[in-house]
Amino acid sequence: MLETLDQVFVLLQHWLVGFLPAVLQPVAGVLLSVVVIIVLFPALFALTTVLERKGLGRIQNRIGPNRVGPFGILQPVADGIKSLTKEDIVPLSADAAVHFLAPVLLVVAVFMGFAVLPMGRNMVLVDMDAGLLFFFAMGASTELSVFMAGWSSRNKYSLLGAMRAVAQMISYEVVLLMSSVAVVMISGSLSLTKIVEAQNQYTWGLPHWYIFTPWGLAGFVMFAIAATAETNRSPFDLPEGESELVAGYHTEYSGFKFALFFLGEYLAMFSISGLGTTLFLGGWSAPFSFLGWVPSWIWFFSKLLLSICVFIWLRGTLPRLRQDQLMNFAWKFVLPMTLLNLMVTALWRFLGEGWERWVFCSAILMLAYVAMGRIGMRSGHIGPRRYRYAE
Amino acid sequence: MSFVFYILAALTVAGSLAAVLLKNTVHCALALTVAFLGLALLFLDLDAQFAGFAQILVYIGAVAILVVFAILLTRGSETPKDGVFSHTWLVGLVIAAAVFAVLGWAVLGSARVLPHETAAPVVTVRDIGVALIGRYILPLEIVAILLTSAMIGAVIVAMHDKEGAK
Repeated sequence: MLETLDQVFVLLQHWLVGFLPAVLQPVAGVLLSVVVIIVLFPALFALTTVLERKGLGRIQNRIGPNRVGPFGILQPVADGIKSLTKEDIVPLSADAAVHFLAPVLLVVAVFMGFAVLPMGRNMVLVDMDAGLLFFFAMGASTELSVFMAGWSSRNKYSLLGAMRAVAQMISYEVVLLMSSVAVVMISGSLSLTKIVEAQNQYTWGLPHWYIFTPWGLAGFVMFAIAATAETNRSPFDLPEGESELVAGYHTEYSGFKFALFFLGEYLAMFSISGLGTTLFLGGWSAPFSFLGWVPSWIWFFSKLLLSICVFIWLRGTLPRLRQDQLMNFAWKFVLPMTLLNLMVTALWRFLGEGWERWVFCSAILMLAYVAMGRIGMRSGHIGPRRYRYAE
Repeated sequence: MSFVFYILAALTVAGSLAAVLLKNTVHCALALTVAFLGLALLFLDLDAQFAGFAQILVYIGAVAILVVFAILLTRGSETPKDGVFSHTWLVGLVIAAAVFAVLGWAVLGSARVLPHETAAPVVTVRDIGVALIGRYILPLEIVAILLTSAMIGAVIVAMHDKEGAK
């Protein structure tokens, strides 16, 4: 019974596809999964907008939306209808073709990332040998659509926002990749299903998730920082800093194209949370061995929603960074730490089983963290601003 | 040669042609990205997952961005009235044709030297990684040193201005 519940979506897919002739079955199976992904994550997006507005409201001592439907839960429906019926304005001097293509390409590239995420036992659309590489390749191609949006709008705020966004995304992409490489070094595979399976083991009822190792914890923290920056979420939301840039690269977008950007941003958040869950938090595996009977997909989506709650919490709590802080933090603090983390991971791999590796690896990471923080703050690279031209 | 190959080849060729024939420089850069994408898809069509994804990650994710940044930061994206065609296009054409001829000659010649394989070899990403770190470690390191020195050179070129300004 529980086995069936765990595999309920897989079985449902097989049952539905079974009505078709055998020739069409593989194609129909893939199409069905694609449709489920395309429907499920926008639905989650609708849920998250309510959650975010309510949560932010509570953090800022307001009530949040409470007029549409019971407790305001139908707010996303109203928002969706509003954005569909709004006029689609394209600036006269804008590059119409590129202006149109940018949001579409963004959403397409973001959707592609979900193809390799294992959302439960046997629940992955394409089990690719190079799944992680595919995910990052798709993530990297969103940068170009952000640039296209900013450039084609012929608006200085759009262009500035796009330049900021691209510079930020490139800087933090290095960190994102480097912190994930540690996981690949230990699990020995780029396939996300294999990475999850490597973590789906238990000692004394506790899971072998990578976050519960010194290098994994450090890697996860850096991955989370980079993921927040990569999705342009607060406190790294300079590209759309409304106090400086109106709305950044989507200033000149209205109606449904703007909704597409909004959707793309949230979908990117979901997919990067899913990747973080897969790499460090054990993907669909249960947090305790005695909870193994709970269906695997429940665990995946609980972890996903939990990380989204953390994103919302961060947005409600932290002030926005400045551009120089953002860049210095990425290149002078996080990137050296990820490189060190790679060394520590190699050390962990070759020290063998035993308590020594726990002590050594933790000590190296802690010492480096404290020393780099102290030195960085003192020399002013990370801490207070030094004005070069305006003094 | 399958149907998919012809579609991808047409995409790649169209992208490359647009990259040299369009007038707006940013459009050229975007067309070049289409050509990169076509190449990546060709690799994927040949079951070379690693090469295909690396092509997307490096060329679309980084090189294309570098190109558009270079265009925007150097002289603006405004198109000159008379287009951006070089006066020495004839020489360029000759050089391009010569390079193409040499490459074509080498590729066609290699078909006779290499053993004719009937089945596509199965190469996992793991094999590529092992080969890169094992057998081909020296070329990898040489490329790494080359790139690092290029980057340091770029930083030095950029630093020079600032010292002059002080």
